[in-house]
Amino acid sequence: MSARPKVAFFEFTSCEGCQLTVLDALQDHPELLDAIEIVQFREAMSERGQDYQIAFIEGSCSRPSDEAKLKEIRAQASIVIALGACAHLGGINAIRNRAPLAEVRAYVYGDKAEWFETYPARAISAVIPVDAVLPGCPIDRRELVRAVTHLLQGRLPYIPDQPLCIECKLKENVCVYQRGKVCLGPITLAGCDAICPTYGDGCEGCRGLIAHPNLESLRLVMAEHGVPEAEIEAKMTMFLTNQMEALQEAG
Amino acid sequence: MAKNIKVDVHHITRVEGHGNIVVDVRNGELKQCELQIVETPRFFEAMLRGRPYLESSHITSRICGICAVGHATASLRATEKALGITLSDQTVLLRRLNFHGEIMDSHILHTYMLVAPDFLGVGSVIPLARSAPDVVLRALRMKKLAGDLCKTLCGRHTHPIALTVGGFTHFPSNDELIALRERLEAMRDDVDATVELFQKLEMPAFERDTEYIALHKDDEYCFIDGVIASTDGGTWPVEKYRSVTNEDIVPHSSAKHCRNQRDAYMVGALARFNVNYNQLHSKAKAAAIALGIKPKCTNPYMNSVAQIVEIVHCVEDAIILLDKVLAKGVTWEDPAPPARLSGEGVGACDVPRGTLFHNYVIEDGRVVEANCIIPTGQNLANVEADMRALVPTILDQTQEQITQALEMLVRAYDPCISCSSHMLDVRFE
Repeated sequence: MSARPKVAFFEFTSCEGCQLTVLDALQDHPELLDAIEIVQFREAMSERGQDYQIAFIEGSCSRPSDEAKLKEIRAQASIVIALGACAHLGGINAIRNRAPLAEVRAYVYGDKAEWFETYPARAISAVIPVDAVLPGCPIDRRELVRAVTHLLQGRLPYIPDQPLCIECKLKENVCVYQRGKVCLGPITLAGCDAICPTYGDGCEGCRGLIAHPNLESLRLVMAEHGVPEAEIEAKMTMFLTNQMEALQEAG
Repeated sequence: MAKNIKVDVHHITRVEGHGNIVVDVRNGELKQCELQIVETPRFFEAMLRGRPYLESSHITSRICGICAVGHATASLRATEKALGITLSDQTVLLRRLNFHGEIMDSHILHTYMLVAPDFLGVGSVIPLARSAPDVVLRALRMKKLAGDLCKTLCGRHTHPIALTVGGFTHFPSNDELIALRERLEAMRDDVDATVELFQKLEMPAFERDTEYIALHKDDEYCFIDGVIASTDGGTWPVEKYRSVTNEDIVPHSSAKHCRNQRDAYMVGALARFNVNYNQLHSKAKAAAIALGIKPKCTNPYMNSVAQIVEIVHCVEDAIILLDKVLAKGVTWEDPAPPARLSGEGVGACDVPRGTLFHNYVIEDGRVVEANCIIPTGQNLANVEADMRALVPTILDQTQEQITQALEMLVRAYDPCISCSSHMLDVRFE
């Protein structure tokens, strides 16, 4: 990697909130602009350099025509990083995969549904190989800065495989189950500083599953706290639709 | 003058989301003039169906990273009206304060980072970091404060956590609010410098009168609730939004087009300024005079200037709101409970880019029907009407100049295209 690597940002089906988080990280770390050279960032700049080495990709792949663009980026970049839950998991977009596609299209576009191409929302790793992931909805600013540091050191961003509960305990939060709420902390990858429980809400699983989630144990905890089956199902399918489906297929 | 011009801007930059500008002039005659919305369809309305009502605001904030608080708030208001929930005075004050944080954050992003480069002859804010570091650092400083205001109240601006049906799940301490108040007071110098900077940027001269629509209240500059009001006269309760927005599907846009009393109408900062000028804080009115904008302003490029006026308003009003909250001190209170678990409600907010509607039908605690109408969608027909009026007046310019004038016009509307591509009016059967 050159001393000041050329970096490009791209987005597919997403809210562009992760790229905004990148911009916001500059508030506290303006030195990032000296460390990397951003050659493409459509949301923030008109310049469009094609000679990037690192590509950050936000958003899910949700239509056939996105695939060629993803492959083009992969062909150029030495390192491709999925930026945020949509690119990492399919994210919130994948909620719609649970209903028949024809029904979803007809509900929103009526008899004009055929005008607008779409298919089930997927992680970008379903289309191209991905070298690293910055999880979350949105990404965590500090994790982004750490990731850039890792890249400058010539290694891939590293995220420890541990559940959110560890961070939550370190923050000395009262467990949200004790506050009558449902939380996916035991099975979700840490790294967000347990931000949702800290602000009084249960973890929604936006950072994806840890490597070996004990789903059965979590379901027992939920049952002990009287969480109805339908609510468990809803929690497990807010950000994790694709991962849950993959687990089921794997048995 | 017979002239051929072909403008084809693929994926216009420095806007949120994906749009193309296509203009075709042959022998001096305008053949085609479109803002194509090529954003992938997103289907949020379909995604909400079957979900528990408590999830709606967390799902729909993901419509947009820039106006996440706005979507969450409109979503909460729709749910709260559907379920007969009455909010405490503290909740209303804290939500307004949180909203000011988002308006400031979004407007600072748009005016400094997306619009200003056009006037300073650069492609983005990045070269400015070297050529005009004080301007960039000021923008980052102001944006950080706006973000911190949101963070203090709801955990983060993108995507809010503590905003929930009936209230909040977390409360700031009085000390945190006092610290915010001090920082807002200290921000006044930056706000003055911002007004000074935009005084110097000369907006392109272009006028086209249209219908301006915004939410309105008599006793405050309205961002949440209120009634729908028009500069052409008339007010409508927000529940009647469909009779104002009248959407059509067009082939070149995955977002629908809207019209009310004319062929098109405009929403956003300029529309709010035109509709609600009387409710602005006196300092914002003074800034408007300094910036040379007065109602009714019919130059769409001035939308960015109206945003500067709103930044002034929000800073001053946030200080007033903080004083009101601090006078009583913050109380930890449980969210107000629902009176019922079935019903229909319309939530309306004037988010940074204009009026936003969320409309849900809830049955037994689950969303069964959902419709969201987004500001950028409402503006699309108006942008194209502006483009059609503008192009014939600038045909003597070079193709490059014409392209830039059109890009700047689209950018002035501050379009949020990821939002709009699912702003389709879903009819409940």
